[in-house]
Amino acid sequence: MNEQVAIKNFRTAGDAPDLRRSWTERRGVRSFILTIGAWIVALIASVPLFSVLYMLIVQGGSRLSLDLFTELPPAGFETGGGFGNAIVGTLIMVAIASVVSIPLGIIAATYLADLSPDSKLSSTTRFLAKVLTGFPSILAGVFVYAILVLAMGTYSAWAGGISLAVLMLPTVILTAEEAMKTVPRMMKDAAHGMGCTRTETIWKIVLPTALPGILTGVMLGVARVAGESAPLLFTALFSNYWLRSLREPTASLSILIYNFSSMPFDNQIQLAWAASLILVLIVLVFNILSRVLGRSRI
Amino acid sequence: MVTSAFERAAPPGSIAQPPSSNEYLTDRGFRALAVAGASLIILLVAYILWEIGAQAWSAIYRHHLGFLISTNWNVADEHFGILPEIWGTLYSSMLALLIGGFLGLIVAIFLTQDFLPLRIAQVFSTIIEMLAAIPSVVFGLWGIFVVIPVIRPTANWLNETLGWIPFFGSSLSGPGLLPAALVLAIMILPTVAAISQDALNLVPYRTKEAAYGMGTTRWEAILKVMLPTAAGGIASAMVLGFGRALGETMALAMLIGNSNQISLSLFAPAQTLASLLASHFPEAGQSERQALMYAALVLLAITLIVNMMGTAIMAVTQRRISGRS
Repeated sequence: MNEQVAIKNFRTAGDAPDLRRSWTERRGVRSFILTIGAWIVALIASVPLFSVLYMLIVQGGSRLSLDLFTELPPAGFETGGGFGNAIVGTLIMVAIASVVSIPLGIIAATYLADLSPDSKLSSTTRFLAKVLTGFPSILAGVFVYAILVLAMGTYSAWAGGISLAVLMLPTVILTAEEAMKTVPRMMKDAAHGMGCTRTETIWKIVLPTALPGILTGVMLGVARVAGESAPLLFTALFSNYWLRSLREPTASLSILIYNFSSMPFDNQIQLAWAASLILVLIVLVFNILSRVLGRSRI
Repeated sequence: MVTSAFERAAPPGSIAQPPSSNEYLTDRGFRALAVAGASLIILLVAYILWEIGAQAWSAIYRHHLGFLISTNWNVADEHFGILPEIWGTLYSSMLALLIGGFLGLIVAIFLTQDFLPLRIAQVFSTIIEMLAAIPSVVFGLWGIFVVIPVIRPTANWLNETLGWIPFFGSSLSGPGLLPAALVLAIMILPTVAAISQDALNLVPYRTKEAAYGMGTTRWEAILKVMLPTAAGGIASAMVLGFGRALGETMALAMLIGNSNQISLSLFAPAQTLASLLASHFPEAGQSERQALMYAALVLLAITLIVNMMGTAIMAVTQRRISGRS
């Protein structure tokens, strides 16, 4: 009898408290209002992207045709025309930048990731590479103007490519280093155990394994650099004709957009939008490639 | 170099062999090459400073420090001064940081504090990263044809009704400070959001659990616990975003109006160091070019200092947090 009373008392005495916040509590209301604010801000932040994409597709898409790839830029009052030389120029200068910065970047990254990760040289290089990723692109153009354009006496595709390489190099170094650090220690130790030198380990084990990650970084660097225009103002300027040699001023999509955007002619403005669409497509393709390649990691 | 102990462990037929002398040589050679490659970055930064300084030297010699406080830009008289440009650079970047930094921080909070299911948060994060991929000239083009027409009615209304406030002191006739600052804010939003996300994700889970365990509302936990803990990383995000805004060229050149005046008004046209370089360089003669090199040196100094501060803050706070948890 006493036990049953005791059990009944035990059950009713300790009812679990209701942990839910009351609707009218001011702290809760404040939090709810801030959440709504955060949602509004998030929507505001996505509007520009969709607005830009909309303008690109509507304005640029209306001008899409095969002519764009085969014709030269029109002069003031002309209609029609295209920007085939600008596309070629952009691709060539990005290619020059890649050829220069990728080998240099990977070799520097092997030092940072494998050969001597804790030395003073490594930490200084890493710090400066991070600082250089935020380097204003126009100053890269000024720098290459000073060392190449004045020396060669002419604006050129070489100078344009090298200024893009200066901008691409820090990205390649930092991402290649990250990729190489993910190679499992066991594999490197096994290679050493079999008698490989440090160099052989790098070339036969680390680089092949880290290749997807390195390619990701390279694609990201290319995507960033393909859209740059400020350095090209100082190094490759512009040209209204097809590319004849790498030692003369070269057209590029970004400079074309810049030049045409300030002209009062509708034809030019339409071409500027079409060029923007093509440029954004090129950049997006490289971005997507970098993600796809990065997924095939070990 | 091959002792008998190694010979015993690795008989001539097996794969495992001690390195041959050829392989030792290549190893030494490549290591030297790698050291050279790593030092290349340091040499590159030094070379950049040296070259731009050398180019600017003749202008420094002629104009001295008066260059920094004069407001003339007169090619005929060869009087050059960049005070309006320094003002424009700092004013536009501060405005952009206020707007873009605030928006970026809220976006980072939104993405990391469980407001969205994981998959949707990843999609949204990708959208923000795509924003970073769009080239600067395209933003400039968009600014000219979308942003300016959209804000012009509001701007002119503000000027008419509240024109006595210095910020609204002039009318918006086209390019000006506000459209440029708005587009700049959108351009630095992804940078600030990405670094802030990393900073917020580094906060130890226990700290978050402890806050909720004490009965905070969601935003009390965010504002009073998460943000102060991640404050170092968020500070570095803001500084790096500011550094990026300082160096931005093309969108500003197209939107800011290229006018050498100092004004508090948000709607007046202005000029930044970078847009000065971009707009005047292609047609500049010898003496103007040297003055532009001097301006480039000033821009280099400002951005290097800001970027170094930002990178240093990020390194220090990462070390502190990983030491703590």
